[in-house]
Amino acid sequence: MPVVVVDVMPKPEILDPQGKAVQGALPRLGFSGVTDVRQGKRFEITVEGEVTDAVLEQVHQMAETLLSNPVIENFTVRVAASDAGTVA
Amino acid sequence: MKVGVVTFPGSLDDADAQRAVRIGGHEAVALWHGDHDLRGVDAVVLPGGFSYGDYLRCGAISRFSPVMTEVIEAAGKGMPVLGICNGFQILCESHLLPGALIRNDHRKFVCRDQRLRIENASTAWTSSYDEGAEITVVLKNGEGGFVADAETLDRLEGEGRVVARYLDVNPNGSLRDIAGVTNERGNVVGLMPHPEHAVEELTGSGTDGLGFFTSLAAAAFA
Repeated sequence: MPVVVVDVMPKPEILDPQGKAVQGALPRLGFSGVTDVRQGKRFEITVEGEVTDAVLEQVHQMAETLLSNPVIENFTVRVAASDAGTVA
Repeated sequence: MKVGVVTFPGSLDDADAQRAVRIGGHEAVALWHGDHDLRGVDAVVLPGGFSYGDYLRCGAISRFSPVMTEVIEAAGKGMPVLGICNGFQILCESHLLPGALIRNDHRKFVCRDQRLRIENASTAWTSSYDEGAEITVVLKNGEGGFVADAETLDRLEGEGRVVARYLDVNPNGSLRDIAGVTNERGNVVGLMPHPEHAVEELTGSGTDGLGFFTSLAAAAFA
């Protein structure tokens, strides 16, 4: 069944303490050259049948009403490639 | 007055809130997150805690619980609603109050006796205080940083809708030291610190929080 992916990220102007914590940890592990880390959420939504415009519109509404808080977060919606089982 | 206190799965401070309601001179009515009616209450308190495990975002799931549909409708008609800590987060998620609460800027849970200034003493929940009164109540949160865009913050300040502000230290990175805000009508108040824990000499850091619960009567007879 097809999967629609919703990525939710804190707005650029909103402080992201979790991202800052990760950024702070990276140099301690020997990873250099990282200037910023932002941490978000990814939702993989499996839907019945084909991904029509109506289905995408519905996922948009899900993202707006529940998956993200528009005051502090932005989101994007995309259809995952049908054979995208693993990403190497 | 009959004051409903909602218990969500994961609420922590509902019993203390009920107790504060009683000490404030009212009848406390237990409400459940799955309730479809408000049992004839005159006001509602959304208590602190970690409703629905803080899953997704603090307050995001609770906002869609059956009882919140009723609370949102009643608030729109002017019923006094106080959200404390997690309750404040739920009110922001419900869009009854502007802004949002994010993780503390220093990334640690904070628990301290916090000094506050009451900036607006004309809301349903603060009329027992003098404007500018300085009080001390417990503050305990992990995600208490109040944020909103600059335009919203300017509007809140301009309209006198900042209810309380942090004094001495900003404990969580809240913009403009904002500890609590109200809606345009003044019946809905969200507050990050916990006045319900400061209503008795025996157990609290004084009784400075009691005014939030005695204000209701004053509002009713005003």
